Formats: sequence, C-alpha cells, structure tokens
Amino acid sequence: MSEVAMDQPSGAVPGARRSSSSLHQPRLPRWAPAAIAAAALAVGVGIGAGAGLSSRIQWGLLAAVLYVAGTFALATRVEGVRQAKDRLATSLVWVCFLLAVVPLVSLIWETVSRGSSVLDGGFLSHSMGGVLTIQPGGGVYHAIIGTLEQVGIATAIAAPIGLLTAIYLVEYGRGRLAKAVTFFVDVMTGIPSIVAGLFVLSFWILMLDNGYSGFAGSMALAILMMPVVVRSTEEMLKLVPNELREASLALGVPKWRTILKVVLPTAIGGIATGVMLSVARIAGESAPIVLLVFGSQLINNNPFEGAQSSLPYYIYEQWAAGNDASYDRAWAAALVLIAFVMILNLVARGIARWKAPKAGR
Amino acid sequence: MAKRIDVSGLTAYYGSHKAIEDISMTVEPRSVTAFIGPSGCGKSTFLRTLNRMHEVTPGGRVEGKVLLDDENLYGAGVDPVSVRRTVGMVFQRPNPFPTMSIYENVAAGIRLNGGRVRKAELDTIVEKSLKGANLWKEVKDRLNKPGAGLSGGQQQRLCIARAIAVEPQVLLMDEPCSALDPISTLAIEDLIGELKERFTIVIVTHNMQQAARVSDRTAFFNLAGVGQPGKLVEIDDTERIFSNPSVQATEDYISGRFG
Ligand SMILES: Nc1ncnc2c1ncn2[C@@H]1O[C@H](COP(=O)(O)OP(=O)(O)OP(=O)(O)O)[C@@H](O)[C@H]1O
Ligand SMILES: [Mg+2]
Repeated sequence: MSEVAMDQPSGAVPGARRSSSSLHQPRLPRWAPAAIAAAALAVGVGIGAGAGLSSRIQWGLLAAVLYVAGTFALATRVEGVRQAKDRLATSLVWVCFLLAVVPLVSLIWETVSRGSSVLDGGFLSHSMGGVLTIQPGGGVYHAIIGTLEQVGIATAIAAPIGLLTAIYLVEYGRGRLAKAVTFFVDVMTGIPSIVAGLFVLSFWILMLDNGYSGFAGSMALAILMMPVVVRSTEEMLKLVPNELREASLALGVPKWRTILKVVLPTAIGGIATGVMLSVARIAGESAPIVLLVFGSQLINNNPFEGAQSSLPYYIYEQWAAGNDASYDRAWAAALVLIAFVMILNLVARGIARWKAPKAGR
Repeated sequence: MAKRIDVSGLTAYYGSHKAIEDISMTVEPRSVTAFIGPSGCGKSTFLRTLNRMHEVTPGGRVEGKVLLDDENLYGAGVDPVSVRRTVGMVFQRPNPFPTMSIYENVAAGIRLNGGRVRKAELDTIVEKSLKGANLWKEVKDRLNKPGAGLSGGQQQRLCIARAIAVEPQVLLMDEPCSALDPISTLAIEDLIGELKERFTIVIVTHNMQQAARVSDRTAFFNLAGVGQPGKLVEIDDTERIFSNPSVQATEDYISGRFG
C-alpha cells in the first residue's frame, strides 16, 4: 500500500529532476536569455543569408521565432515545465516589445536622416512664395504659422469647454443629464476627422457662406480635441481622493472654491498632460485642413481670413508634388512636426513634475 | 465661544438605508463627549450630521433637529457652509492638502474662504494654531515644506491645527488617534484636554481607555442587528458609564462581553 502511495507523486510530476531538496531546482544561468538571443540572431541571419531571403524583416522574424522556441525548449529540459512557461511568457514579451520599438525607431531614424538635409534657418523662416515645387529652396514658415494658429485657437476653444464638462461630470453630474453628456462624449471620441471637417464645411462654409480660413479648421480640430480633453480630465479628477474634498468642505469652504482651490491644483499636472497630448494629436490632422483651410503657398498671419497652410497639409502637398526637391521638403516638415509634438510632450511632463503633489521633506 | 448642542429626534439615511434612528442628546459646552459603540452602529454618521457633512455623501438625508444654542442647523435658510465654519471636523485619516505647505495647510481655512487677512495677522494665526495643536516646536523651521512630508501623527495634529485656525465653536473628531502610535495618541489626548477650555468637543473612539481618559460624558450607540439602524443606548457622565451604567448592554460592551 505504502509503496504505491510513495510512487504516485514522482510519477505525477514528469520531467522534474530528483534532487536532495525539493526546494532546489536546476536553473539556467542568468546570462542564458542573452546568449540564446545572440545565438538565435546568428542562426536567423545565417539561415536568411544562406537561403537567399532578401528582406531583413524576414531574418528578424526568423531570429525571433528561434529565440522563443529555443528558450522554451532549453528551459523545459533544464528547469521543468512550469519554469519553461514562465520563460516562454518573458521571451514573448521581449519579442513584442522589440516589434513595437523597431518601427518607431526606424521611423524617427528615417525622418531625421532624410529631413535634416534641407532643414536649416532659411527653411524655417521662408514660405513657398515664388518657389516652383520642382525647384529646391523655399520653406515651411507659412505652415508653421498656420499650425500654431489653428492648433492654438482649437485649444482655446476645446480646453475650457472640455475642462468644465469634466468638472461637471465628476463633481456635480448625477442622473440623466450626466449620463447623456457621457454618452455624447463617447460618441464624439469616435468621430473620424474627415467627418468633423465635413460637418464644419457644411454649416460654416456652405450654409453660413464664410470663406476658407484657419478658424474654420480650428473648429473642426476643436471638435476632435474636446472629447479627449474631457476623458483625460475626468480620469484625473477621479483620482483626487474624496477626503481632500471633505477636508475642505468641513473647513466651511464652499463647493466651487473647493473645486477651484483644492481639487484642480491637486490634479493640475495630469490635466495639463492630457491637454498637451490632445494638442499633439490634433497637430497632425490633415483631413479637416484640406477641406476647410484649403492650403496656401504664402504667409497668411490672419487665421480668420483666407487660406492658410499647416504642417501636415504641407507634408501632403510636397509629397504629392513628387520630385526630389519636394520630397526633401516633405521630410524636413515631418521632422519639424515631430519636434513640435515632442516639445509639447516634454512641456507636459515638465508641468506634471513641477505641479505634482509633493511628499518629500 | 463654545456652544451647546441639542439633538432631538434625529434620523439619517443613505439613500433608502436608514443608518441611525431617532437620536436625542445634549452636548454640554466646554466639555468632551465621547461616542462609543460597535462598528457600523452609526457613530460617524451621527457625527457628520452635526456639521451637515452627512448630506455631502450622495443620497445622504437627515430628519430631525440639531440646535446649536437654540439655532436649528437644519432650519430653513441655514447655509451649510456657515454651519461648517462654526462646527469644525477632524477626520479618522490625516488628510492634509498635498499641494500645500505646512503653513498653507493651517491657513487654508482662512485663505480658501477668500478672507483678506494681512500677512502678519495670518502669521500670528498660524503660529497660534500650531501651538494649540502642539506641533509648533516640531515644524517651526520648515513651515514652507509640504504638509504631506510629516509623520502620520504630525499630520493629524496639522489637521487639528487647520481645524482650529478658523476658530470654530465645536470640534468634531472621528477616531482621530486610530492610525497613530501611543506617543502621538497621548499628545493628541493632552491636546484635547487643553482644547476643551475653548471648544465643545465630540470625539468618536474605539478605545475604551481613551474614552475614559479624555471625556466628561460618554454616549453608547448600538444596533439591534445587521441592516438595522443604529440607536443611542444611553449617554451619561463618563465615570458612571464605566462604573455603573444603567443599561446592561453598555456594561457588556465595555467589559468585552459583547455579542
Ligand atoms: N457612504 C455610505 N453609503 C451608504 N451607507 C453607508 C455609508 N457610510 C456608512 N454607511 C452605513 O451606515 C451605517 C453606519 O455607518 P458608520 O460609518 O456611521 O458607522 P460607525 O459607527 O462609524 O462604524 P466604525 O466604528 O466602523 O467607524 C453602516 O451600516 C454603514 O454600512
Ligand atoms: Mg466611523
């Protein structure tokens, strides 16, 4: 009887090595994952080159598959099934991380290397006025002005409305109205940019008979931006602990002052980050610009009158021109746009860090 | 300064749930009244009805009367904001404002209310309140450091300083020592002894010794069963409650023969 009972456990765990202590199990050395990765890469490149696969991407994928499979196989042999599953998950996470990072890095690399050739002071300070698209030269100044003004006006419209809507939803909203507002915000989040553009086109330009202008584009951008601001601000306000509101109310501070002086300052870092990110998002929109701002080769400082350009529109236009000089300009403008978004992100992070509730001594 | 509180027939709801029922009692001015009772019997709820904080909770509703020196807090036309300026509150968990320095935390009640106070005057108030809360010596060199950087016990005393800076007439404390070590607890108990010279104090506590040490009168709350509303069992001089209570349930609870 007892022998059978003794036998069963060891039979139930196939592959587990017997060792003096059940707490000790053989482990792969710490450098093993790195070594397997290097080996997988070498084999992947070897097979790829040997079989004459032309695409580097195929080599990389081959190496990734070998890495995952190799890790799993080796770990199963040495460490047992449970550890092997753990290693399998870890290696898959690494592969996915690389798959996500590779396109990002190559995109930035491509933009920087191609865009920097014509990017200089002259490019930043000149428009395309009097420059034929097949000629080299010209610049992006009119598009920068257009983007700054259109995005600035859109932010001036969308940020206050979005902020107040979020405050209403979190601090005051109860019952039907709040549910309806939340529903519409959700619906607005899903509006494609071209639809927002068509909406403004039909009512502002076709019905009210206004001309093309940067402001028309700003309205469409504001429609796109508003739900993003509402959502992110809402999340930030919900993170403010209720105890702080109660502490303030219990001091005899009216509710609106509590929101203004306690809730908003506590959440301001996160709110600013959310607004900046939504600005970055609309800065890259081109569809509404094509419909509403029309595009221009000349500097137009007045966003309320006449056609303007903008960075995404400029990139599209230069690419469509289809010659070497215009390709260079398109890449350089793309670099300017990425730099603009990057700066906004850094500013947002700076604000968040500067305004974050301080806990240190 | 200090005011008498007269509660009669007070019932409080959370939505449709009746949390406390038909409570009547008198709290004497310049005294410490302790609330004791099992968890969930409605001590915090009752405390929060005394400065109209109960209605801040969604669905919170109150019936009955609370007289503060003959003025009904729940009368028509009474502004809850001015009630809360008169009846201050200290919470169970220390909750200093994280964006503010120690100084700003103490000055918050005055500044947030838009009071136009000169700097020198505000300095005096802050110093007086911090001294009143027994915290001045520990923080006088770092008044401009964040309030959240203090220890838990210091934070709680900061919250007390913040509450007394607006010169309320009644101070409500909901388990102010439950998160504190014995030394901080002792500091706060001493403080309560000093504060009762100037304020009417109501304190909720789960610590029988603490109730016996600091309070002049003690109220025992109980509830008949799960889901039933909490009720006031009796209120009497602390000495009597702890030596010779008139209700058997009180004696059982105090001596730990409960349930
Ligand atoms: N925000 C709320 N919403 C709904 N019901 C609540 C809420 N707060 C408290 N209650 C209910 O009201 C009753 C009394 O709660 P209360 O917090 O006043 O008890 P307590 O005596 O302070 O307990 P403790 O000693 O644990 O702090 C409980 O049944 C509780 O479930
Ligand atoms: Mg409580």
